[in-house]
Amino acid sequence: MSLLEIKNLTVSFDTAAGPFMAVQGIDLSIEPREVLAIVGESGSGKSVSMLAVMGLLPNTATVKADRMAFDGVDLLKLSPSERRKIVGKDISMIFQEPIASLNPCFTVGFQIEEVLRFHMGMDRAQRRARAIELMKLVGIADPEDRLSSFPHQMSGGQCQRVMIAIAIACNPKLLIADEPTTALDVTIQKQILDLLVSLQAKYGMGLIMITHNMGVVAETADRVIVQYKGRKMEEADVLSLFESPKSNYTRALLSALPENAVGDRLPTVSDMLFEPAPSVAGASA
Amino acid sequence: MSTTVLEGKNIVRDYHIGGGLFTGPRTVHAVKGVSFTVDKGKTLAIVGESGCGKSTLARIITLIDPATSGELFIDGNKVDIAKGGLTKEMRRKVQIVFQNPYGSLNPRQKIGDVLGEPLLINTDKPAAERRDLAMKMLKKVGLGHEHYNRYPHMFSGGQRQRIAIARALMLNPSLLVLDEPVSALDLSVQAQVLNLLADLQDEFQLTYVFISHDLSVVRYIADDVMVMYFGEAVEYGSRDEVFSDPKHSYTRTLFAATPRADVASIKARLAKKKAA
Repeated sequence: MSLLEIKNLTVSFDTAAGPFMAVQGIDLSIEPREVLAIVGESGSGKSVSMLAVMGLLPNTATVKADRMAFDGVDLLKLSPSERRKIVGKDISMIFQEPIASLNPCFTVGFQIEEVLRFHMGMDRAQRRARAIELMKLVGIADPEDRLSSFPHQMSGGQCQRVMIAIAIACNPKLLIADEPTTALDVTIQKQILDLLVSLQAKYGMGLIMITHNMGVVAETADRVIVQYKGRKMEEADVLSLFESPKSNYTRALLSALPENAVGDRLPTVSDMLFEPAPSVAGASA
Repeated sequence: MSTTVLEGKNIVRDYHIGGGLFTGPRTVHAVKGVSFTVDKGKTLAIVGESGCGKSTLARIITLIDPATSGELFIDGNKVDIAKGGLTKEMRRKVQIVFQNPYGSLNPRQKIGDVLGEPLLINTDKPAAERRDLAMKMLKKVGLGHEHYNRYPHMFSGGQRQRIAIARALMLNPSLLVLDEPVSALDLSVQAQVLNLLADLQDEFQLTYVFISHDLSVVRYIADDVMVMYFGEAVEYGSRDEVFSDPKHSYTRTLFAATPRADVASIKARLAKKKAA
């Protein structure tokens, strides 16, 4: 049985100019212990579809799907309070801006323990012990001292480690990482990716990596979904995607990588997708 | 024959942080004696992680901040903004494009005014001529006349970065400092902006100082590469030298950390995963 199964997901936002379709008929499934990457540019709906799974979209969004099941439970039929028991415990999410996603007013220890209190009902001593264990797990030195640090006292990489600690605190079955390394340096990016993949293997989680970086996909994923403007362009296992991409868009994305440059000019996506190439530049409006 | 446009000799920049109630004053050595030369029409890439002093160096080259010590030559003339003011002629020669195109354009200024302002401040060209030049520049960077009267929020990130590049080129500079110009952009838009930069370099014989932490972009665009680490230039040489034979251990760490998107390394990773 799939861990997460989504059929024909559509998300639209009410705007002054009428409904805007951010996601149009996406099918997606992920097995336990699998690493799935969702790739796309900004505006491709890759974050929105995962936020719909988490139930974190604003009121202006309308989510429709034929099926949206997590571990056999239909998420669409759950009441908000039942859903909150799953979100953050069995499905958890890491966001792009590590420093902005932590609350600046509370210590990181408090923020890790908050999840444990809410979902696991641990007492104070258990929470503290588990928080220290988690901090060690994600590779933060001196966890006892660092528990009382505030987010602004830590670097971006350390804040992202704290976010990961919060996300895996309740041993989730599915971890969604939304551009976890975009704001970080390459050397730190490597450490965070290695950490995520090793935790995924150790605890047998499903891991969904949302990213626009083809390098990150190549380094982590088992299977890849390529999205463009709210639609799925291609789904393939990682090797065949890089070896023989089927859709034009994937081919365009891969050839736009500077390391694949042939000659002096980089081919751009608009060169391949729209005929003829528009004279006014900018693929995304 | 090549002429040297930019030369830095032993450039140092210290920041003095004043003491607070409980802490004494201290000094941060942001740039510790860096030397470089860039010839006309060439690109020097400066690579390093956040906090290594690459943006500080960019501000010194752009004549925004003075260096604490060391000498900076632009087109063969020594420049020291700590002593004596900066002439308009000097200001014209060096321009900068910043990382975040959302933050570097005034949201209440129309694009036409954004492009006309450098001319208004630095030259005494009449309004009609400023308008003509702005229109021409819009065309050059791949935008159209219809964009002249629009506001920045009406543009995508890639278009805004084009506007920022157009603004930097209005004064016909000889040196353009690009501080992470594509790291906020999507892959396909990044490719368009890199192509634009290459075209403009050919057309105007521009010299670039390109600051980035993305090695794949650097490998594509640079002629020379300087790797900075904690304020020091740990590696400096031609692109091929640095990429084929990195000497310093930090450069090697940087290369090892860059994700690889080729089929061979994916195969290797999958094989390793299966074995584990």
